[in-house]
Amino acid sequence: MAPGARIALGVSFFIVFVAAWALATLGGFVSKTFLADPLTMVRAGWTLLTEMGFAKDIGMTVWRVVGGFVIAAVLALPLGIAMGAYKPVEAFFEPFVSFARYLPASAFIPLLILWAGIGEAQKLAVIFIGSFFQLVLMIAVTVGHTRRDLVEAAYTLGSTDRSVVRRVLIPGAAPEICEILRMVLGWAWTYVIVAELIGASSGIGHMITDSQALLATDQIIFGIIVIGLIGLASDIGFKALNRRAFPWAQLAR
Amino acid sequence: MTMTILDVRGVSRSFAAMHGGAATLALQATDLQVVENDFVTILGPSGCGKSTLLRIVAGLDSPTSGEVLLDARRIEGPGPDRGMVFQSYTLFPWLTVLQNICFGLRERGLPLAQQLEIAHGFIAKVGLRGFEQHHPKQLSGGMQQRTAIARALANGPRMLLMDEPFGALDHQTRELMQELLLGIWEDEKKTVLFVTHDIDEAVFMGSRVVVMSARPGRIKLDRAVDLAHPRHYSVKTTPRFVEIKAELTEQVRAEVLASQR
Repeated sequence: MAPGARIALGVSFFIVFVAAWALATLGGFVSKTFLADPLTMVRAGWTLLTEMGFAKDIGMTVWRVVGGFVIAAVLALPLGIAMGAYKPVEAFFEPFVSFARYLPASAFIPLLILWAGIGEAQKLAVIFIGSFFQLVLMIAVTVGHTRRDLVEAAYTLGSTDRSVVRRVLIPGAAPEICEILRMVLGWAWTYVIVAELIGASSGIGHMITDSQALLATDQIIFGIIVIGLIGLASDIGFKALNRRAFPWAQLAR
Repeated sequence: MTMTILDVRGVSRSFAAMHGGAATLALQATDLQVVENDFVTILGPSGCGKSTLLRIVAGLDSPTSGEVLLDARRIEGPGPDRGMVFQSYTLFPWLTVLQNICFGLRERGLPLAQQLEIAHGFIAKVGLRGFEQHHPKQLSGGMQQRTAIARALANGPRMLLMDEPFGALDHQTRELMQELLLGIWEDEKKTVLFVTHDIDEAVFMGSRVVVMSARPGRIKLDRAVDLAHPRHYSVKTTPRFVEIKAELTEQVRAEVLASQR
């Protein structure tokens, strides 16, 4: 399939979606109280950005996601790699991490407010809990699944255990690890909004809670769409980065 | 006076059964001596334990009984003194041809200039000039195996262990690879242990052919191949070659029949 046709098809569904939405709202099939139409939404968004300092909210949310996610990734990488590379390390941590990753990050919010207040530390902690355990497990599995014959080849070329980790396991798993980071970053976005719905004084989630009190569905939808767009942008950016960083892995596909 | 460099002493291997049944014996107690500069081909039906024997020599598997000595020192694990070429393509996909060949040299801590000098020498030897910067996925199977041979040789191993290295290649490529490897061996005088199930290949390549029995494997026949070197591919049509091949075919055929009974 030609790349041009791919993009055209992808964009056309967005158009169909917005058209259906416009038809339902502007055509009077759905009451304005429940769902704002696209035009009102865009107008509300403009007001939010120009008069109500929504850009700052967006900045706060992005910073929280990136901050919490980077902390989680920096800690999860060495632990995940160690678990994937060394069986005893895996045996020690795996059961707990498997248990911990099912703990819903949002359920920790009351506790985190108690422990860390309603400041930034609490928001970062929610993102951290939501992404750290997932990252550790997925990275460990990826590193553990390195082709055995490549590891054996390295040993017959004189590698030690340490250099097998450094020169075979890590470079071999790197493209998949980047895919994992891309995916979990997407999940982190859902946690930040939940964290901001409760006990926040800024951020996209906070704006949405405020708008809820006023039944401003136009603003709520605008907030949701902004999240979607940022998510899409970061996804495309991450994919492009992976393609550039690991051309050898693209050759296989 | 030729010196024994590899001494396999009473090596056997059995594998524990999956569901508590009796352990499977893959390789019966085996003795094998390989002298310096020898090219020994191990020939046998599939599943006869010939790869198991090679993996034990490589140190990638441990014998259930017996021991393997290399230069009179007991083998405890894999090492750069035994270069290995596998049947599967085992080049590191994230490295270029040149970087793959330098892998072991870098592991030894050689200065980069020296690594490159050695690597370029072997790239020329296996006919891959112009492909230094290619990644493995961009190469044909034959070219990947040539790189793997260069990677193993660049390390300057005492022995070269080859586990059906041309098994996944098409017939024409395989014949070219056999000639290439034989030419390199005639130049470098390496000691080679080469596993195959292809009788032509075993006779053409080997200065000695070891035939293994059906599972549980043991050495059934150990035969010198008195064809002169350098060998040209046309040797495959000489009466002497055909005669040796016929003899080995009988031996292997008996084992294949035995394994299917």
